[in-house]
Amino acid sequence: MHDTTRSAYWQGARDGAPFIFVVSPFAMLFGVVSAEAGLNVFEALAFSVVVIAGAAQFTALQLLQDNAPTFVALASALAVNLRMAMYSAALTLHLGAAPFWQRGLIAYFLVDQTYACSVMAYERNKGWGLAQKTAYFFGTMTPVCPMWYVMTLVGAWAGTAIPPDYALDFAVPITFIALTAPMLRTAAHRAAALVSVVMALGFAWLPFNLGLMVAGLAGMITGAQIELRLRARGTWVDP
Amino acid sequence: MIDKTQLWTVIVLLGIGSFALRFAFLGLIGNRAMPEWLLRHLRYTAVAILPAIVAPLVAWPAALEGQTDPARLAAACVTLAVGYATRNVILSIVLGAGTLYLGLYLAG
Repeated sequence: MHDTTRSAYWQGARDGAPFIFVVSPFAMLFGVVSAEAGLNVFEALAFSVVVIAGAAQFTALQLLQDNAPTFVALASALAVNLRMAMYSAALTLHLGAAPFWQRGLIAYFLVDQTYACSVMAYERNKGWGLAQKTAYFFGTMTPVCPMWYVMTLVGAWAGTAIPPDYALDFAVPITFIALTAPMLRTAAHRAAALVSVVMALGFAWLPFNLGLMVAGLAGMITGAQIELRLRARGTWVDP
Repeated sequence: MIDKTQLWTVIVLLGIGSFALRFAFLGLIGNRAMPEWLLRHLRYTAVAILPAIVAPLVAWPAALEGQTDPARLAAACVTLAVGYATRNVILSIVLGAGTLYLGLYLAG
């Protein structure tokens, strides 16, 4: 490996390292919740390795537990992951020229943390070529993604040992609220979330968890419309 | 109990679907720009879907057969307030869980 490429890799690993403390408890929680839902250790691990997306995994698992039909569980979890397509679009500007197999690997490891580190580093280091940018990306992945698998495994092992009076049914709501709250940075985001909550409660009577789809779509349209109004008034600030 | 066939169907298809979303632009579309109206809606997917999943779970917890529970409501409010004010995900989970256990303890 070329020297600057190697240093870009290690810089990525250093920048990704603090996320171990975010990813580990979250992965462990997924393992625990999976065990509570009746998944064995292998199924929990397979979930984390194949899907490698926390919020989407929790969504799918929750809906499966609620006896939702397969397509509703899938559609909801994929909707949660739609932001990955935006990450993919943003990184294409920097990594689009990498060999096909590398782009495949990058896509697999494209998660919130690797994306956030990489776009910020590419902004700071405008002189980087493709080799450095690719090395940096794989650097950020190195501490984060293996931890996701390992801690899922730990949680799945520990899970069945936790007695039911710990109210673990509420782990998913608390985690999702904690993930969503920091995203409510603009009036458009806040309105989208509010409409989504009201619609989800109002349409909870719909069969097949379709209330979720109605609420999700209504929230997205609300957010987009408020953003348009704010832009027209000139008061829109990028989050 | 989750049906095993359904579980594996969801794991495999969700894996393929998530990879497809991640690979879409990087692998296949290249540097072409997405239409602005689509980007504008995609920006709100997370804040629209996650609250819609959570709201019924908070209002009518399945563990209590849909009975509204003050401890769970308080925990949800604390998590939201801390997350909004500090943007610290782990801190808000810890304080939210603390509120839940305090509430459950006080309720006996």
